[in-house]
Amino acid sequence: MKEPFDNEMNLEFLSKSANEAFARITVAAFASQLDPTIEELADMKTAVSEAVTNCIIHGYENKIGIVKIHAKLYENEIVIEIADSGKGIANIEMAKEPLYTTKPNLERSGMGFTIMESFMDYVHVESIVDVGTKITMSKRIKREEMNSSTEISQMTSMP
Amino acid sequence: METKFYEKDKLLLFKITEEIDDHSVQKIRRRADYEMERFMPKRVVFDFDCVTFMDSAGIGFLVGRYKFANLIGAKLEVTNLTQSVRKIFEMSGILKLIPVTTVKEMTA
Ligand SMILES: Nc1ncnc2c1ncn2[C@@H]1O[C@H](COP(=O)(O)OP(=O)(O)OP(=O)(O)O)[C@@H](O)[C@H]1O
Ligand SMILES: [Mg+2]
Repeated sequence: MKEPFDNEMNLEFLSKSANEAFARITVAAFASQLDPTIEELADMKTAVSEAVTNCIIHGYENKIGIVKIHAKLYENEIVIEIADSGKGIANIEMAKEPLYTTKPNLERSGMGFTIMESFMDYVHVESIVDVGTKITMSKRIKREEMNSSTEISQMTSMP
Repeated sequence: METKFYEKDKLLLFKITEEIDDHSVQKIRRRADYEMERFMPKRVVFDFDCVTFMDSAGIGFLVGRYKFANLIGAKLEVTNLTQSVRKIFEMSGILKLIPVTTVKEMTA
């Protein structure tokens, strides 16, 4: 992640559930510049949907706030940050446990973080109570033909 | 979501045609519970063939319908799980509770 990024985008929208599809489709359209497989794209869409939904239903609960997405493309990786300025998470480790949910009455299953972690290569949660929550996640795009040529260029550039 | 009730078998079939997320389940949940109460089926089957997207909201949705079906004395099943839908259901362990039916069994 040290190399300079190739492209970047910012997205801000109101915390309305109708924007969940908008957010994941927009990020997928941006990510498609990296030429991911259908499956990689589907994994990203699911992870974005989880993080955005969490901002809306947990971060802001019934209030209207702003959800922010910042995405950067590197040569073969996408880094996505999704943030709210909502209520925050008191115990992040507990929140990440599979099946842990604070809203079982709303038919939540507590699988959001587990899905993000299994569909992305890296997931990091930062949160401060009453300030907000930011999820940073990344996914490497694996392209078979490209990998071999990168290896060769790396080899030839070695001292 | 399309609904079909087979009187003879007391089978209520829901074909989900929308992407399943927190937004869409609010609607399909109300609709499913309404139809179950209206037809009082013995079997309820959710068909996922046309589902092109599903996140964790689908797990909560299915658990909720499972409980509702139990309440009215019906048995809940799912069918035509796409690869990505199956992946998410398997992560939650919910398929230990809810049988996956094949279409053949359904029309038999
Ligand atoms: N942005 C957020 N702001 C405040 N709390 C959050 C946020 N994201 C997650 N949480 C807390 O972490 C818990 C676990 O989140 P996770 O997404 O894993 O499950 P869930 O949202 O409860 O259920 P599911 O995602 O399966 O529908 C939530 O119940 C909530 O208490
Ligand atoms: Mg969640």
